[in-house]
Amino acid sequence: MNIQIALRTGLRRDAYAKANVSLPPVGRRKVGNLEENSVNLDAERIVVLMSAISEKRDVGAFEILYRHFYPRVRSYMVRMTRGNRVLAEELAQETMMRVWNKASLFDGSKAQASTWIFTIARNQMIDSVRRGVRPTFDPNDPAFVPDEFEAADTKIEREQSAAALGQAMTTLKGNYAEVLRLSFFEGLTHSSIAEKLNIPIGTVKSRIRLACEKLRNALQDEIK
Amino acid sequence: MRETAQRASGRNQMIEHHLDDDILSQYSAGTLTEGWSIAVASHLALCPACRSKVDMLDSLGGYFLEADDGRASDVSKSWEAVKARIDAGEVDNVVPLKVRSVPDRIYPEPLKRYIEAAGGLRWKRLGSGAAQMLIPTGDATTTVRLLKIPAGQPVPEHSHGGLELTLVLDGSFSDEVATFGRGDIEMADDNLTHQPKADLDKDCICLAVTDAPLRFKSRFMRLIQPLLGI
Ligand SMILES: [Zn+2]
Repeated sequence: MNIQIALRTGLRRDAYAKANVSLPPVGRRKVGNLEENSVNLDAERIVVLMSAISEKRDVGAFEILYRHFYPRVRSYMVRMTRGNRVLAEELAQETMMRVWNKASLFDGSKAQASTWIFTIARNQMIDSVRRGVRPTFDPNDPAFVPDEFEAADTKIEREQSAAALGQAMTTLKGNYAEVLRLSFFEGLTHSSIAEKLNIPIGTVKSRIRLACEKLRNALQDEIK
Repeated sequence: MRETAQRASGRNQMIEHHLDDDILSQYSAGTLTEGWSIAVASHLALCPACRSKVDMLDSLGGYFLEADDGRASDVSKSWEAVKARIDAGEVDNVVPLKVRSVPDRIYPEPLKRYIEAAGGLRWKRLGSGAAQMLIPTGDATTTVRLLKIPAGQPVPEHSHGGLELTLVLDGSFSDEVATFGRGDIEMADDNLTHQPKADLDKDCICLAVTDAPLRFKSRFMRLIQPLLGI
């Protein structure tokens, strides 16, 4: 474990050095006549960028992050708005503004950046598309019951579990992964999923339960 | 490993009755409506075990976000717009926290702020000594209410078929097979027929969420509906 930590810290420092290199950002290259101006970042680099954004308000780092996440958030919003591209772009931009404004609230030991950005996008979507409310608990509420098993090095575990989750997802059978994707990335209710796939709603529920069980087991095996 | 974790969380909270992956995944994906979400989030406030399940589900959302590169085009134009907003120093409006008036620790957030928005706790007597308070929400598909059942009394019938979530906030109730104490949540569907009773030592306060009652077309039926309790 100690060796692993040292290794990861080393990697992080290296990635940090890379992030401090000034613009132009990676990935701005000509592909035929099309300027492909988005970037693809690995998890390690994202961690570094997030801390540069929250601690130093580094606009250059945010631009790199933006080019990675904006297309992804927009794609999510296109699905959530049932193909309304104009609205989707507006919502994706609002989501990324919130990421910039709330960066100091991001805690890398509690969640991965992509998870945190997903939750911001989801809440934005519920606000604007559904015009709904998403009630949430408040960790500062005196009635809130904290977890007494807060591990000391959760940040390392978080990274491991993110990698393990990706690994576990690839081992899920196609029809299990599909139900999860329709729920999380198409925003379909379980009854709409049943309709779309032409299967009973009970099957949707049991696939979700089994998939969750399998993913949890894979994660627990990983973090022993 | 799993058994240890379960025992440990059992010792921690004594919560034995949890939400299932089906409803937790809807909450995480953002497809669960407001009424059900009040009960889910209030249980989460009291239950670290279900919170960690939601963390896993949220990271599934992150996984799908990451996995889709969205066939990028024209990010630069949108970046220029965002850069201009950042340079203009735009910041989020910060909503000041309200002073909390519901006095005790029985009602967790987010339930507490709904009670406050309704003007504080106001119990209305039902028959049999029980009392209830309807919680107004923006969700027309559910009915959200608090129930107070005197010690030893039966829990009044308040299901209309369909799903019903009952979160215990104070005291406890039992049926033939199980006891539900603070933080426990019962997920009952219309197959379940039982008549739980509040335990003898204390009045039992629960949050109950059900599908909204049937909407009658007749004005007369709408008028007498509250009297019939349907
Ligand atoms: Zn629970």
